[in-house]
Amino acid sequence: MSSPACNVDPKTAELWDKGHYQYDVISTRTLGYFMYLLSDGMLFATLFAAYGVLSYQHSYFGGPTPADFVKPWYTFVQTMALFLSVLAYGFGMNALKHKNKSGVISGLLAAFVLGVLFLMLDIHDMTHLASLGISVATSGGMSAFIVLTQVHATHIFFGLIWILVMMAQVMIKGFTTEVVGRLLTLRMFWHLQAIIWVFVYVFVYLWGYMS
Amino acid sequence: MLVDLAGGWNPMLGRLAWSQIPYDNPILAPLFVAVVIGTIIILGLITYYGKWTYLWKEWLTTVDHKKLGVMYIILGLVMLFRGFIDGLMIRTQQAWAVGTHSSGVFGATHGYLTPFHFGQVYSAHGLIMILLAATPLLVGFMNIIVPIQIGARDMAYPYLNALGLWITAAAGALIMISLFVGDFAHNGWFGYAPIFELQYSPGVGVDYWIWTMELVALGTTLGGINILATIIKMRAPGMSWGRLPIFVWASLSANVIALTSFPALQVALGLVAADRYLGAHFFTAGLGGNLMLYTNLFWIWGHPEVYFVILPAFGMMSEIFPTFSEKPLFGYITMVLASLAIAGVSWLVWLHHFFTMGAGPYVNSAFSVATMLVGIPTGVKVFNWAFTMYRGRLTFNAAMLWAIGALFLLLIGGLTGMMLAVPAINYMVHNSVFVVAHFHSMLLVIVYAIFASVIYWFPKVFGFKLDEFWAKTMFWLFSAGTTLVFVPMYMLGFMGMTRRLDYVFNTAWHPYLLVMEFGIVVYMISVLAFFALLYVSIRDHAKNRVGTDAWGTSRSLEWLTHSPVPFYNFAVLPHISTRDEVAWRRDNGIDHVQPDHYEDIHMPNNTGVAIILGGLTFVLGFALVWRIWWLCILSLLAIMALVIYRSFKGDPGYIITAAELEEMEKDAMRREAQIGKQHYRVGGGVLGDAIAYERSDLPPLASQPGSSVGLDHRS
Ligand code: HEM
Ligand SMILES: [Cu+2]
Repeated sequence: MSSPACNVDPKTAELWDKGHYQYDVISTRTLGYFMYLLSDGMLFATLFAAYGVLSYQHSYFGGPTPADFVKPWYTFVQTMALFLSVLAYGFGMNALKHKNKSGVISGLLAAFVLGVLFLMLDIHDMTHLASLGISVATSGGMSAFIVLTQVHATHIFFGLIWILVMMAQVMIKGFTTEVVGRLLTLRMFWHLQAIIWVFVYVFVYLWGYMS
Repeated sequence: MLVDLAGGWNPMLGRLAWSQIPYDNPILAPLFVAVVIGTIIILGLITYYGKWTYLWKEWLTTVDHKKLGVMYIILGLVMLFRGFIDGLMIRTQQAWAVGTHSSGVFGATHGYLTPFHFGQVYSAHGLIMILLAATPLLVGFMNIIVPIQIGARDMAYPYLNALGLWITAAAGALIMISLFVGDFAHNGWFGYAPIFELQYSPGVGVDYWIWTMELVALGTTLGGINILATIIKMRAPGMSWGRLPIFVWASLSANVIALTSFPALQVALGLVAADRYLGAHFFTAGLGGNLMLYTNLFWIWGHPEVYFVILPAFGMMSEIFPTFSEKPLFGYITMVLASLAIAGVSWLVWLHHFFTMGAGPYVNSAFSVATMLVGIPTGVKVFNWAFTMYRGRLTFNAAMLWAIGALFLLLIGGLTGMMLAVPAINYMVHNSVFVVAHFHSMLLVIVYAIFASVIYWFPKVFGFKLDEFWAKTMFWLFSAGTTLVFVPMYMLGFMGMTRRLDYVFNTAWHPYLLVMEFGIVVYMISVLAFFALLYVSIRDHAKNRVGTDAWGTSRSLEWLTHSPVPFYNFAVLPHISTRDEVAWRRDNGIDHVQPDHYEDIHMPNNTGVAIILGGLTFVLGFALVWRIWWLCILSLLAIMALVIYRSFKGDPGYIITAAELEEMEKDAMRREAQIGKQHYRVGGGVLGDAIAYERSDLPPLASQPGSSVGLDHRS
């Protein structure tokens, strides 16, 4: 068994590249970004594991549990806001295919507004918890609940800033390779946060509500 | 602020106060003076010789993967030295503070370090050695070698690469400054719940520990993404997966581990921070916290991390053995599979670090079996190396000696690891110095492989070889040190000596501890030999210049381009026809065929953004440690502003024209011609399935009864 190329004839072998070898910038960027998202997924997986360990009855130490304050419909509105935001972003990307600048901008703008709505609802929710006297210091269970949801909210916050930056870049620079690459990676980021939200909604809010 | 702090806090300076500077400490104060004087001398020299612009233009703002790699390695060597001094201090305390009659100085009842100070020294030693010495050294080598080995001009993300380096350097700066401002954690390098909670560790030591690790984790993740994308996307034409040099495969599997496991560390420490800064109850003993959650999360990262550091070392050995055995690597495919298998299994064994948690017989057996499974791919590798050397034409130069040393240590470390993998044995020796001896054997595999690689790849990067005599002297001294320190340590482990003792109660252990102290002195001498090695080699560099193929028997693609490697790596990208391309070209006499025409190439511009971002992350870490909130917010905003600025500015790069390229290439070839043609030996021992290509001018192997081909012509 010798390697596949052992029968290349050294006398005629091609030794130096003649084919104007080029590599694809956008696919390289998106691949790297995809890997970053993998690690982000691992981050959330670890947080979910911590939440799983800290959601037994004794983790709440006799204090409040999510069942006491979670309102599934309220969080459902949040879910819808985030999903519609992703959808709006998708429409924006569709416009990108037609090199339609105003279409991209309005898609991003709608995504931004819906994302802000999501974040406002989250902040409102947290102030409500605070008014009930619940904080990370209440119990191990509440620490896990609040930290997990707020790490997700922080991702959304930075995503929103990024959307603003991209709107500016589309307006100023137009559809350069770099801008298009970034629009793609932002789209991947935004999608992933929505997917993770599904898990947050199901395993933290709904599951917490029912237990 | 948020939580009750012992010892005051004010909005301007946070917890910072004069009393936090240990100016009355008899060990730290002189050291501080020495560091200040040393810094002034270095800065003065740079100014005197007017090297600031050179430094800034050529190094601090560079995005060249080779220079970044060199800086990673320098950072790693500096931290290795710092960690070594910590080790020296630990050994000295344990050789001194033995028995009730031992004396005490500097405020210690026994020995010269108070228990609190001793705790800081060993915590810093462990953290530095694993995360700030081994990791940057290996990342540095991957940075330099991987792109050249796959025939790329640069990495996928040169700017991200620089960012990774400067964030790692910021982490190193943070742990160094903890020497002189405040203190460091005393909870061991991996930390225990709940001792690191604010209640039990009210100082800033644990905070330094948290943020140093967070920064390294960030830097290493960024670097990992870069290396993975480079390997996947930037291979030269013809460089198929089956032709990748084995070091590239090792880097690939190592960085898959890094990418997936470092987030677990970030979360584990982030939750400790939530406990300490926000008063959360993740790992507290009461209020619903869970102590073992921390230990699990930490080792879910911790075990993959040990394989993250050993896999590149395996890759280095896999490059060095074939070169100096003049044979292709035995069992290329099994080597690749073994690397990937190790990466996979490394995820399933974390519980062996705390069998004593008491998870029950089923859980413990499952993890025990999983742990032993790692032995299979590791064994495959050891046999592959052995068969590579078997009936090869061996050259015992310094690089080879270090690599063989690594092999022996791997054997010892692996076998003791197997012992530890048996829960029944583990309950006996857990937390004893037997464990310490085990993992030092393993980590020394890495150190040996690194020194082998320093010698092996030095000529590629700098264009001249290191001095053989001093490299060998250092090897023998270092190995004597290893034996003298770690053989007694294994014995003490069996005698029941627990780890991290600031006072040794049993005087019967004293002789062993003295032998170990002697061993560390020998290590010290080997460090001096290393300095001599650098000095002599740089002094004689004109004599030791090398051409493209520094060793004359090397096999993989990095040896195809000039030494030192030009900043564009390859003027024309090579077209790859086979595995071990350089050996194939050499054996067929076409290794000097140069490209006949050049084309413009596109290179990235240097940028100062990366180093400024690194500086800002350092400020952020420092502000977090001392809870100076305004500075935290300010540095965070500055980081965001800078990232956005860079994203707007982008980098168009620049073009090197074909004419310029041709000029530079001609220069390089002229320089090489002056060195004189190296003495090449043609052909390689070829055995069994291991061959990577066959020479067309040789009769087929089967007809040659093991005698004439490649085996008989020992000259
Ligand atoms: C054949 C492979 C290996 C096996 C079976 C193995 C097994 C073990 C076991 C069971 C322990 C836990 C001992 C205890 O605390 O009671 C351990 C600790 C350790 N091992 Fe290994 N190991 C292996 C390879 C490695 C490698 C390759 C490295 C690093 C390069 C390494 C580094 C460590 C470290 C750092 C610790 C202890 C960490 C600490 O407690 O501070 N091991 N090993
Ligand atoms: Cu382990």
